[in-house]
Amino acid sequence: MSHQSELAIEADGLVKTFGDNRAVDGVSLAIPRGTVYGVLGPNGAGKTTTIRMLATLLRPNGGFAKVGGFDVATEADKVRSVMTLAGQFASVDEDLTGTENLVLLARLYGFSRKGSKDRSAQLLEAFGLTAAADRQVKNYSGGMRRRIDIAASLVVVPEIVFLDEPTTGLDPRSRNQVWDIVRALVSDGATVLLTTQYLEEADQLARRIAVIDTGKVLAEGTPGELKASVGTGVLHIRLAQQEQRVTAEHLLTSRLGVVVEPSSDPFQVAARISDPLLANRGISELHEANIELVSFSMGQPTLDEVFLALTGKDTEHSTAQSEASS
Amino acid sequence: MTTTQAAATAEDGIEEISHDRLLAALSAGAAPKRPGAIANSFTYGWRSLLKIKHVPEQLFDVTAFPILFTLLFTFLFGGALAGSPTEYLQFLLPGILVQTTVFITMYTGLTLATDIDKGMFDRFRSLPIWQPSPLVGAMLGDVVRFALACAMVLIVGVILGFRPPGAVQGVLAGVVLILIFCFAVAWIWILIGLTVRSPNSVMALSMIVLFPLTFASNTFVDPATMPSWLQAFVNINPITYLVSAVRAFCNGEFATYDVTVVLIISVALVAIFGPLSMIRYRRR
Ligand SMILES: Nc1ncnc2c1ncn2[C@@H]1O[C@H](COP(=O)(O)OP(=O)(O)O)[C@@H](O)[C@H]1O
Ligand SMILES: [Mg+2]
Repeated sequence: MSHQSELAIEADGLVKTFGDNRAVDGVSLAIPRGTVYGVLGPNGAGKTTTIRMLATLLRPNGGFAKVGGFDVATEADKVRSVMTLAGQFASVDEDLTGTENLVLLARLYGFSRKGSKDRSAQLLEAFGLTAAADRQVKNYSGGMRRRIDIAASLVVVPEIVFLDEPTTGLDPRSRNQVWDIVRALVSDGATVLLTTQYLEEADQLARRIAVIDTGKVLAEGTPGELKASVGTGVLHIRLAQQEQRVTAEHLLTSRLGVVVEPSSDPFQVAARISDPLLANRGISELHEANIELVSFSMGQPTLDEVFLALTGKDTEHSTAQSEASS
Repeated sequence: MTTTQAAATAEDGIEEISHDRLLAALSAGAAPKRPGAIANSFTYGWRSLLKIKHVPEQLFDVTAFPILFTLLFTFLFGGALAGSPTEYLQFLLPGILVQTTVFITMYTGLTLATDIDKGMFDRFRSLPIWQPSPLVGAMLGDVVRFALACAMVLIVGVILGFRPPGAVQGVLAGVVLILIFCFAVAWIWILIGLTVRSPNSVMALSMIVLFPLTFASNTFVDPATMPSWLQAFVNINPITYLVSAVRAFCNGEFATYDVTVVLIISVALVAIFGPLSMIRYRRR
């Protein structure tokens, strides 16, 4: 009965402690079938620990979770038959070739000798790895390595796919390839739980996002809802000189009475303004004060700002992220 | 931005991902009929054999030393210890055979710790398979590894002039006894590999145990020549019983007492360390 549930994954108050460290501290999730769900948080937030509990690799100290309608604590074997995982952990064997790794997994799933060779060749081709099929995985580049990891987790494509930081450390081109894979998975009907440190990634791929830090869910919703919870509109200003940022922020708060959001980018000022006329006035004030602007735009707050507003602290990656997107 | 992208393209120069092929591969991903425990274990055994193929050093590492010892002891001390190098070789080689294979059991724990460290076991443990199969399969592969090591030492021995009176049957019986004992000892390293987890610590720990065990035995000289405290240790060392039993087999004799002791120890090791390993493995 619960098998027919609309939810692919549900977690209620999951807790995992390592000694005194509450790595996961009451995480609840409700993930609808057939969607990408993003779990967004900085390093050490508890993302991996959460996935390890959902994937039956760790036993929760508290709370409960169902994956594909099965209880992770009491129906671990059934959970294992409806999900697969790839990413930061759950690796492939570096001493073996790409083909050997996939054939090994195919044999474990019960493919025949020939069936597993065929399946392996098909996956290697689909993931652009045919040329590297007979090379040991330890000789793969970073992007190829990540794709063979994901291919290995899709020898059998179950209902639910966990991807733990599948793009961390990848160059933009390899990252786009992983995004294509995620989109293809969802169009094939799978439910994907994806963790990431990149706000842009969650925004690009996920239908809903949970922002987590220190083991707790800080906010949950669609990317749009999260942005709205921080403020309806934001005026983004890019300065020519970062030394002028303090003056610019001061000017906007004192003359217009608006709230300036913290920003991890030293050239960026983000003021909460939804009225275009007020924004216009702000730009003129800055102009009169001889503050040189590179660009400005009105829009929704970025997920960077959402995260800063929610956690009140900077993430290592938000700087790199705004650099990359500029 | 543009430059990094160009660099990345030049760097790995691999095929683009085709969306259609991707979709085709994903929709062909239905699970076949689930295989049984034995099939899963044999698949993992196959993996161990593949690792021997790709990393043959793991065989040479551990056989190089014993072969060196064989050469060194045979020609350096053979004359003094047994009258002639060839005569000493008849005494030494069964012991070297034991020492080599027992040393190789250490790799069972090392491989396991490396697999856990690298995340292989996270993958294995998340699969819908008979859960102990990775461990059982690794053991199956290891027995093949032990047998290969025995073969290498025997070949070197025969080249040097090892001519056992027990002939092929005697030597084979000895090898089988060694395989049984090593299969049992390997469970100790499995438990240690599951518990310690860092490959280097597993290696260090195994060395600390294996060096005294294999050297403070009757492998190189008759214990009667040793000081009494050492004799006491040598006489309770399981390796001593195994060496005596194998030596007897090679001489065409059957050392009932030694063989019995070795079998009892082997059964006891599996009975203790097998279940402990399984408990440790299942705990999550
Ligand atoms: N096996 C473990 N033993 C002890 N502490 C751990 C273990 N795994 C994770 N932790 C701790 O739990 C916290 C959350 O880690 P993790 O789930 O890996 O975070 P994330 O994946 O979001 O980076 C961190 O403080 C980490 O140090
Ligand atoms: Mg992590």
